[in-house]
Amino acid sequence: MILTRAFWQPHRIVLAAIAIAIVVFCAVTLRWDWVPKYLPLAAQGLWRTIWILLTSVVLGLMLAIPLGLAQAVGPWFLAWPARAFCTVIRGTPLLLQLWLLYYGLGSLFPQIPWIRQSDLWPILRQAWPYGLLALTLSFAGYEGEVMRGAFKGVPKGQLEAAKAMGMPRFTTLRRIWLPQALHRVLPTLGGETVLQLKATPLVATITVVDIYAVASRVRQDTFLTYEPLLLLALVYMAVTAVIVVIFRWFERRVPTRVA
Amino acid sequence: MSGLLAATATLELLQLEPPGWGAPLLRGLASSMMIAFGAYGLGLLLGLCGAFGKLYGGPVLRDLMAVYTTVVRAVPELVLILILFYAGTDAVNQVLLGLGYDRIQISGVAAGIGVLGVVQGAYATEVLRGAIQAVPAGQIEAARAMGMAPAMIARRVTLPLMLPNALPGLGNLWLNATKDTALLAVVGFAELTQTTRQAAGATKAYFTFFMAAGVLYLTISLISGWIFARMERRARRGMPEMRA
Repeated sequence: MILTRAFWQPHRIVLAAIAIAIVVFCAVTLRWDWVPKYLPLAAQGLWRTIWILLTSVVLGLMLAIPLGLAQAVGPWFLAWPARAFCTVIRGTPLLLQLWLLYYGLGSLFPQIPWIRQSDLWPILRQAWPYGLLALTLSFAGYEGEVMRGAFKGVPKGQLEAAKAMGMPRFTTLRRIWLPQALHRVLPTLGGETVLQLKATPLVATITVVDIYAVASRVRQDTFLTYEPLLLLALVYMAVTAVIVVIFRWFERRVPTRVA
Repeated sequence: MSGLLAATATLELLQLEPPGWGAPLLRGLASSMMIAFGAYGLGLLLGLCGAFGKLYGGPVLRDLMAVYTTVVRAVPELVLILILFYAGTDAVNQVLLGLGYDRIQISGVAAGIGVLGVVQGAYATEVLRGAIQAVPAGQIEAARAMGMAPAMIARRVTLPLMLPNALPGLGNLWLNATKDTALLAVVGFAELTQTTRQAAGATKAYFTFFMAAGVLYLTISLISGWIFARMERRARRGMPEMRA
């Protein structure tokens, strides 16, 4: 869209010129000499942000499928806990959930001897498992609600046809129901992933060194206020753009046929 | 089991009198709610201006609005809060110094409302724009044909007709506003989450306090969900039934 002639109307050229002028002004008048020194740390932080984002989205989606299924068609003893889980996750701030897990479980685990002696202890002593757990549960809670709607939105005739063909229930789920539900979710999934990216800097509050934590460290070391924050905002915008492009490409690959 | 016993033993830490932390928690809740209300109001105002600007403004205004909503929705709230917090206080002080006044210390509440309001405004712009676009064009054309002034069309036709379309989105935005206040804890503002962390740190009863704060947030969410559902039913009265 940005390369077409229709995009470059006269006022857009003026706006673009003003934007470039602002960027040049920032580049010249603000201090950027700290950038090379912190580049390796920033790359590490960016990688950690992306890693946490990807892992929590994939794990969260895997959790969201049973949550949505339980709410859509499950018996009451499954539907009820699933609905309660989604309500609690969506009704409380993520920061609170994160701190509950990190400080709560983090203070509880050392008191239990068999956890301390287990092989998992070196991992549980670090901060990132709690961050990952909180982000995963949060994504599952929001996406579980979306999956519920998606499962319910699949036309009944499709499932009845599968039944008429003598398909076992699990095969129906795997071949008919789940693919169609995921297809319905796909357009919203990109937006949800961007929202999840915007939630990742919270893990910096529990000492995980992601890109946000690196920027905070630069601010502490150099006493600069704006420069690291502006660059950080730019990095997040770039990652968001990449996510949007990936999902647009993905959506175009999935054939849509509207009856 | 022993953990459960220990948790019930710490329940008395939630009492209102001084050994208990009940009163500070409720004060934190009150300031959270105050900021949420302020930010939501500011966000709605910005959103209305933004939606009308995007729909009826000139090409330059439209592009500027697009930049505003895109940037705010692509950058984490936490980063925006820090940038706007420093840039905002700096700008106000520069203006004051330029006018010959002394610099002032901007209170945490005002800064929180301003920052979260700007964030809310971007989302509200999109919600309201979608809702206004869903108003049948004939209704607005009819109002124009009757010779109504633009402001009167907005007040008597567009806004009442878009309200049922906008309310679900606005309800979600309000829930986001209440939850986003927790982010101010990161800049050290004493709202509910920050107070909870202080209380939990001082007493080491982490589960008790974070659960208690969670219950408070959840209560707010459930009550507001119920109120918004009622408001939507009222706004929809007399309209054909929505088909799911």
